[in-house]
Amino acid sequence: MPKIQIPTPLRQYAGKQPAVEVNAGTIGDALSDLVARHPELRRHLYTDEGKLRAFVNVYLNDEDVRYLQKEATAVKDGDSISIVPSIAGGLN
Amino acid sequence: MLKIRRKEYAALRQHGEETYPHECCGVLLGQMPANDNGVRTVTSVARAGNTRTDSAHNRYNIDPKELIRIQREGRERGEDIVGFYHSHPDHPAQWSPTDLADAHWVGCSYVITSVEKGKAALTNSFELAGDGEDDKKLVAEKIEVA
Repeated sequence: MPKIQIPTPLRQYAGKQPAVEVNAGTIGDALSDLVARHPELRRHLYTDEGKLRAFVNVYLNDEDVRYLQKEATAVKDGDSISIVPSIAGGLN
Repeated sequence: MLKIRRKEYAALRQHGEETYPHECCGVLLGQMPANDNGVRTVTSVARAGNTRTDSAHNRYNIDPKELIRIQREGRERGEDIVGFYHSHPDHPAQWSPTDLADAHWVGCSYVITSVEKGKAALTNSFELAGDGEDDKKLVAEKIEVA
């Protein structure tokens, strides 16, 4: 099964687990399965309109899924999916 | 509270001096609070590149791909991401509206070092507190250097 790596701030909404195995054939399925298992994650990952929040990056192994086939990107056993909230800031 | 050893504390301050007049950025690895004591413990720091080369004097951004690598290497050592650091060249060690708007790792520490004319001055830490995007806030926290 593919495994989703959960970033530290979101683990409290995922049973305190650092990673969650999901039943999925695509990235979209994987995220759906994740929030089905841990419903509290939904509001942290998605807007009220159901879109993935802009600052939430999703990587399949080392590739940004935005540059693959987005939510339709195929996943397989042994894949590592990472949810990475962006890290940025600066003066003013 | 953020607990950090002198070596790691010196390393993140030095990073800000090296990149001056540009902002530096990096990742704090260690242990999240095991209970309600609220102490994040830093056991290593990892430098990251600043991808904002268009405006590196007043902006920073860490490439998620680099973060995934740092996270993976930390995991192999039994460390989690507990926070981030960056510098404010010739500007106080206080968070800015941009810092708050772009902070999304609730429960983590955001360490800011002011670098004045190339020398690291004050270093402050702020916890990103709250329950999510709607009520997040950066709250000053004590740094214990041991």
